Amino acid sequence: MPSEHLKSLLSRLSRHLDKSQLLTSDEALAPYECDGLSAYRQRPLLVALPDTIEQIQATLRTCYDMDIPVVTRGAGTGLSGGALPCKDGVVLSLAKFNKILDIDTQNRTARVQPGVRNLAITEAATPYGLYYAPDPSSQIACSIGGNVAENAGGIHCLKYGLTVHNILSIELLTIDGEPLSVGTQALDHPGFDLLALLTGSEGMLGVIIEITVKLLPKPEIARVLMASFDGVERAGDAVAAIIGSGIIPGGLEMMDNPAIRAAEDFVHAGYPVDASAILLCELDGTASEVEGQIKTVRHVLAENGATEVRIAGDEQERMAFWAGRKAAFPAVGRLAPDYYCMDGTIPRKHLGRVLKHIDKLSREYGLPVANVFHAGDGNLHPLILYDANQQGQLRLAEKLGAQILELCVAVGGTITGEHGVGMEKIDQMCVQFQATELAQFHAVKDAFDPKRLLNPGKAVPELHRCAELGAMHVHHGQLPHPEIERF
Amino acid sequence: MHDTAQQLIETVTCAHRDKQSLSIHGSGSKSFLRLQDQGKPLSTLQHSGIVAYEPTELVLTVRAGTTIAEAESVLRKNGQMLAFEPPEFNGGTIGGAIASGLSGPRRPWVGAARDFVLGTRIINGKGEDLRLGGQVMKNVAGYDISRLMTGAYGVLGVILEVSIKVLPQPETEVTRVFELSVEKAIRHASELSGVANPISATCWHQNKLMIRLSGTETGVKQASRILGGEPIQDADNFWLSIRNHTHTFFQQGSFWRLSVPPASPHILHDSSEQLIDWGGSQRWLKTEESPENITQKALSAGGYAEQWHAADRANLRHPLQKNIMQIHKKIKQAFDPEYIFNPGTFYNYL
Ligand SMILES: Cc1cc2nc3c(=O)[nH]c(=O)nc-3n(C[C@H](O)[C@H](O)[C@H](O)COP(=O)(O)OP(=O)(O)OC[C@H]3O[C@@H](n4cnc5c(N)ncnc54)[C@H](O)[C@@H]3O)c2cc1C
Repeated sequence: MPSEHLKSLLSRLSRHLDKSQLLTSDEALAPYECDGLSAYRQRPLLVALPDTIEQIQATLRTCYDMDIPVVTRGAGTGLSGGALPCKDGVVLSLAKFNKILDIDTQNRTARVQPGVRNLAITEAATPYGLYYAPDPSSQIACSIGGNVAENAGGIHCLKYGLTVHNILSIELLTIDGEPLSVGTQALDHPGFDLLALLTGSEGMLGVIIEITVKLLPKPEIARVLMASFDGVERAGDAVAAIIGSGIIPGGLEMMDNPAIRAAEDFVHAGYPVDASAILLCELDGTASEVEGQIKTVRHVLAENGATEVRIAGDEQERMAFWAGRKAAFPAVGRLAPDYYCMDGTIPRKHLGRVLKHIDKLSREYGLPVANVFHAGDGNLHPLILYDANQQGQLRLAEKLGAQILELCVAVGGTITGEHGVGMEKIDQMCVQFQATELAQFHAVKDAFDPKRLLNPGKAVPELHRCAELGAMHVHHGQLPHPEIERF
Repeated sequence: MHDTAQQLIETVTCAHRDKQSLSIHGSGSKSFLRLQDQGKPLSTLQHSGIVAYEPTELVLTVRAGTTIAEAESVLRKNGQMLAFEPPEFNGGTIGGAIASGLSGPRRPWVGAARDFVLGTRIINGKGEDLRLGGQVMKNVAGYDISRLMTGAYGVLGVILEVSIKVLPQPETEVTRVFELSVEKAIRHASELSGVANPISATCWHQNKLMIRLSGTETGVKQASRILGGEPIQDADNFWLSIRNHTHTFFQQGSFWRLSVPPASPHILHDSSEQLIDWGGSQRWLKTEESPENITQKALSAGGYAEQWHAADRANLRHPLQKNIMQIHKKIKQAFDPEYIFNPGTFYNYL
């Protein structure tokens, strides 16, 4: 962009924002170059740090007038390049909107600004015996606005739902700065379910400036079991058996051997380092309820070939069991200079098959893969280990990642369970959806943002991009993985 | 079991070309909730049957014309259920259950129809056959159009198939009854919902508060001991009568449905008759108060109001704010550019 343009943008914005709220120097822009997917980097034209709604509106209106792209940014922990800046665009950081506006203990809701950290909501609700259920592993850092934009999940979402199930209303600004109030303080709202449409819309449809979330009563008790297996498939079967027994655990997570070792080395959670896989199964509710469920789950685990089952004896041990799981990403991160986190979801029954295939691919590519996943809902997080400083390894990791995602689609799953498409999985969208479906997504985008200024180029690929890719993907009329039955 | 998707797609394609309105119908059990019913009938009834069901995956995929009863009977055999307890009224297809988005007594504790929709296959207004969402628990690829279809009364597309998350049936259920005034009942239900409890339904009517507990044998036994109250006979039928509106309260004339925050104080103080469920969040009222007053009161409580079964259907929908209305029109155009689906059924401008 010519500096004249930047000058006029700056002069218009500085009517509404302080100098200190408009970052343009290389040094100041550097931290905004990427989100949690650091392999993708781009310096924006400018970063705006508004601290009033009016300032957000003014920023949006100015950009709308001048046809300048806007990328909204929460905490920047996203793993799909959703908050990756546009070269000629503005990054709208909502970091200053970090206030909890109200906690309604009677109706069990919290009204919060978008920049509030996920965990801060639970911390504020704890004195009332309440908590906010969705708990992404990044909860100490990620913002609730980012959670809504990505429809974030967490360890407890098998039983308590994703972000979409735990919010009541949002205040949104559209690209022209106009406010939209979506939802009510009650359980539903009249008209289309815009709340659902906006949740997980990756900053493509508007800027979320306020959220009312549901709070749940803390369960009376939570117990966690850790089961070891000498085969990953066995662990997968045990997951199906637990659910088949009629129990929906509060959390049901799996780690494979490389992930177990890494986590154990890192936080000393007491994990069995020789096991091929472990399952962590949390049961929560009233004391008598949980007691009965522990019995059932123990039995099911034993029947399904668990080599060892341990129950956390006290709260400290329970926290230790979870600490290993929650630190799995950084722990695996210590095994190699870089790691690349995938996020496919599959029907659980294909777990064994998919893991075997991932293992085969990992060997073909010569890049180790550690697996950590939300087993209860089939959401895989294969972590591909590589070294970005070695020529070509990043490309190789990306290629391996793409193949894993296509494998997920081939068995009837999806390329992303919770991290979003962003910039990262834009090409795999072409594998998961047909042109008519992508065109329908674009039509929805245009209903909110006809100039396509919000987060341009992300989440939904342009059709021509897919057409060009199609030539690459379909060899002799065959889709990737022809050996796998399609659904 | 029939797959009539191709015929339905052809019909829509022609209607789009000819700008012919279509009135989409399942069994008609919820037609009293349509503002208007115009256009050439398009029935989904023939398009029925279970497409896929695997109990351990917790996912059921069915064609839209499958009846709720049929889906539930298949689930029941495997100890599972449609946890949102969709009202059947008199009949009811899965397509209609999703298009109307209604949920029964369990809703506040497990979620609404929209919470259980994982994916849909729809025909949009251009006759395109679209698969959105999926058959897995978590999926954030693309906008959540499946949930947008839920409760949209068919104005955005013909639902062909739905994948629904299902849940295990609770091991046991017990209902306790308490004699309580309306004010006390609201407070009691709200307090109970604020602590860990295996509650799965509440209903207050004529000074009786019913509370259903669901869960393991031991858990429910213990909770009901702590809770107190008296046991009731034939509880299953009572909750069915709330779910399907066969309870005497719903039998005559029109009534209001208020969706409000659960702890909202008692809203009307005249001689109106009330039935309150969803832990206080859903309030059914028979009252002489003016529609303006009721609407205003629901709004100031943080919710909204709609009137069911009134002859003129004038208050069947809560009016939308102007900018929300604008975005509704744009979304309608994004899916159905010729306005062929269910014109005027949801809002008269859609
Ligand atoms: C170690 C680690 C563990 C993680 N674990 C999980 C996990 O368990 N589950 C999970 O779901 N995710 C997980 N994530 C991913 C990430 O934390 C989530 O996607 C989170 O929701 C992003 O929030 P954020 O505030 O960082 O958003 P950002 O990264 O800043 O932005 C994400 C996207 O949302 C948009 N956006 C942000 N705020 C707004 C707003 N107010 N209005 C409109 N659009 C907005 C942005 O434009 C961007 O597209 C993890 C990430 C890391 C680094």
